[in-house]
Amino acid sequence: MATAVQDVLGTSVRRTEDPRFITGKGRYLDDIKLTGMAHLAILRSPYAHANIRSIDTTRAKTMPGVIAVIVGADIPYNPLPMAWPAGGASGLQNNVSTPRTLATDSVKWTGEGVTAVVAETPEQAIDALEAIDVDYEPLPAVVDAEKATQPGAVQLHENAPNNIVFDWTVGDKDGTEKALAEAEVVVRERLVNHRLIPNPMEVRGDIGWYNPGTDEYTVWMSSQTPHIQRLLLTAFVTGIPEHKVRCISPDVGGAFGTKIFCYADMALVMFASKLIGGGRPVKWVESRRESYGSTIHGRDHITYVEIAGRRDGTVTGVKVKTFANLGGRLSTIGPGIPTTLYGRVLSGCYKIPNVYAEVTGVYTNTTFVDAYRGAGRPEATYVIERAMDLFANEIGMDRAEVRRKNFIPKDAFPYDNPSGLGTAVNGEKIYVDSGDYEPAMDMALKTAGYADLEAKRAEAKTRGKLLGMGLSTYIEVCGVAPSKWIGAVGEGWGAAMWESSNVKVHLTGKVIVTMGTQPQGQGHETTYAQIVSHELGIPMDDIVIQHSDTQGTPFGYGSYGSRTSSVGSTAAIKATDKIKDKARRYAAHMLEASVDDIEVDGAEYRVKGSPDKKKTIQEIAFALDLGFSLPAGMEPYLDETAYYDTPNCTWPFGTHIAIVEVDEETGETDLVRYVAVDDVGKKINPMIVDGQLHGGIAQGVGQALWETAVYDDDGQLLSGSMMDYALPRASWLPSFELGETVTPSPVNPLGVKGVGEAGCIASTAAVANAVNDALSPLGIKHLDMPFTAQKVWHAIQATKGGRA
Amino acid sequence: MAEHMTEHIALVVNGTPREGDVEPRRMLVQFLREDLELTGTHVGCDTSQCGACTVTIDGMAIKSCTMLAVQADGANVKTIEGMQAADGSLHALQEGFWAKHGLQCGFCTPGMIMAASDLLARNADPTDDEIRHAIEGNICRCTGYHNIVLAIREAASLVRAGASAPTPTSITA
Repeated sequence: MATAVQDVLGTSVRRTEDPRFITGKGRYLDDIKLTGMAHLAILRSPYAHANIRSIDTTRAKTMPGVIAVIVGADIPYNPLPMAWPAGGASGLQNNVSTPRTLATDSVKWTGEGVTAVVAETPEQAIDALEAIDVDYEPLPAVVDAEKATQPGAVQLHENAPNNIVFDWTVGDKDGTEKALAEAEVVVRERLVNHRLIPNPMEVRGDIGWYNPGTDEYTVWMSSQTPHIQRLLLTAFVTGIPEHKVRCISPDVGGAFGTKIFCYADMALVMFASKLIGGGRPVKWVESRRESYGSTIHGRDHITYVEIAGRRDGTVTGVKVKTFANLGGRLSTIGPGIPTTLYGRVLSGCYKIPNVYAEVTGVYTNTTFVDAYRGAGRPEATYVIERAMDLFANEIGMDRAEVRRKNFIPKDAFPYDNPSGLGTAVNGEKIYVDSGDYEPAMDMALKTAGYADLEAKRAEAKTRGKLLGMGLSTYIEVCGVAPSKWIGAVGEGWGAAMWESSNVKVHLTGKVIVTMGTQPQGQGHETTYAQIVSHELGIPMDDIVIQHSDTQGTPFGYGSYGSRTSSVGSTAAIKATDKIKDKARRYAAHMLEASVDDIEVDGAEYRVKGSPDKKKTIQEIAFALDLGFSLPAGMEPYLDETAYYDTPNCTWPFGTHIAIVEVDEETGETDLVRYVAVDDVGKKINPMIVDGQLHGGIAQGVGQALWETAVYDDDGQLLSGSMMDYALPRASWLPSFELGETVTPSPVNPLGVKGVGEAGCIASTAAVANAVNDALSPLGIKHLDMPFTAQKVWHAIQATKGGRA
Repeated sequence: MAEHMTEHIALVVNGTPREGDVEPRRMLVQFLREDLELTGTHVGCDTSQCGACTVTIDGMAIKSCTMLAVQADGANVKTIEGMQAADGSLHALQEGFWAKHGLQCGFCTPGMIMAASDLLARNADPTDDEIRHAIEGNICRCTGYHNIVLAIREAASLVRAGASAPTPTSITA
């Protein structure tokens, strides 16, 4: 046997996918050119709310290069599915409106697709859009979720009175109201968690190809979930049988949730390819401007929070009322985000005995809202972390000490939170299974120099700066999710959440691993290879990870909800367990020993007590894959598949501290330091984990300081391009100071928890608390995000009797 | 429609003379991606904000989504595909981005590397602050820029130690 293979698990090996990306050889959707490919462009509604009286495509059909013009009435498909109704206490939803492939009778937001042109070139398709005449009957619009529920508001859908999608509640209403009534202190605030446009750097796109020879479709899509899309597009939208469709995600240039969902354009390119005939593929790629209206938005909550407690710092109750804006029609899992993933985690990492939340999901004339990085949990963290600060300030107690006093104690796990996370209607429960919150907070406080806050504040003041420090002690539910729980949690989630892996050790000893998950920059090809190398003792160079093609990978639910490392990795380990088991049985056959006497050490399968009698996994694979000599009942080949359903979610936590300086003259906010101590369990590749935290932190900071989607009262998106929507730039951010504690997750064999969303969940609240802390000496109790210079300047001026 | 709707252009791309007939409205990035099939240069925003389309012209970083192809007539263009040495070895910036995990999804990376090559040609030992300002026209949504700063710093130190220097102006046509 060659020298032992270096164990790469837990080390920061370089990513195996990087060589193609750093040399310009990545292959994203728009890089794909197929023979005979035609191009599709979509005419989108310029009105936020209108009836479509008629569409005249006569002129467009005569434009150069035009192959076909498509209107909604041409397409026999069903509306897109909505897979996660709120259900629960609000009862079954019967007021669902989802987009059609193209709108037929009415449009509900600026950007809803109305007509499509297929042409020889993208430019010809776009040119022809201008020759389509749509006769609209414009209607009044409403964009604010709270206003949309008021009497007299514009009504979007006949089956949704007052524009209400659902009224959903969770927790103990009577107990919470009693706690509020009896409390020494109650603090109330209205919090706006404003709308975001996620902005992965690669926009979305699809290529549909109908093969008339086989009557099969192939759809290339910039998607996080090719398997789910095949299921949804076939079983719910097009009626085309599932086995006649293949979905492929090529390299995906970022997603952050936006590419989880079933979009109308996916069905449209399928329809168009068959329509134009000749086996011609049809490609559609959105422009960035188009993306701002046609790809989901995130957040957009208006929340009334009440926090009650004693003057000794004990929090006794939290009551929340939230209006969640879901847009003009529902996206694939829109209602699930502000319910299960928000309302059920509102108590955060605190042992709060009484928690009650009401969430009203609302239709408005805006782009649909769905899961954006963190998805419900950043909104929940923002509410509870702002509330903890407001409460601490009210009773005059240190913010860190109030948190410490209310942390779920480390000996209280498994912990069943009172906002109902743990209980499903069928009695299935999940628990906050582990945690130790104080060490992470103490490390963050020490690193940030929290004890010297007042001295820092005084020093900054001499420079005309208002310094503030903000804490966010977050907890995250991720690694979603046990199927029997998510399938029965009462919210009507319509799918399971297991994962899959197939491992083949080929004749030459090379390994191909196919996964049901789908990467968008997280380095799956590296981390899975590290795991499989560790498990099988085979060098990483001999292992390739394949994914994202429904032909050739086992069905999987894709990557989102920080689930890949905990659920996907465990599926890979279960598959390698089966490989090792079979290899061990075959080694016994080769070595003429009892299976019980075969011990496995990396790649070596040895007879106990006879160290010279051994075979390597490569030798075993060679013989077993040939199959010339097989023990009775054993099939040839080392080829095993595992489907893994996790017994619980995972529970990362940590403390983030932002230090900001606000210029008292201009209102400009500068993030000067950012400290993050996270406990994401064990790390497969620490370099990649840290990278995930960096990116998440930056996105959360972006929300707090700069990013915001703005509609005018007519439903026109004013922040409709990157010139208007302020994404974080390098010169606006500091480098981040990361620390860690490691509490291994008890749920999976690697002890990992998931890290894709943690940074984004924690950082918005940390920065918001920091800016509010900076402004607190002026008597400002609460200012909503984003803290643009104009907004902060106005707030400062108001305290001085100036312009408000 | 007029018969002759195109203009003839001739330019040098990654050291190789290239020619083409382009519509006057064709952007340089489309010429590179569609006509020359150099798809490493990406389109991220169409409004000159994100920098995914950054290439260098005579060593200067420019956004190829806002330059007409006809404006590049006669120019020396370098794209990400031209950054490796003839023997296939990586440029110091490519090495730095790989070593320091300066990329995740990779979509902004080519533009980011081209922008950084402009910086390093002007400044062999940039501070973090100089690096952050040099790439502020390039948006990365994945990394929070933390590791990109480390990657460019690493590349600068590799160059100072004698690794392949950024040579955006040394194209021989």
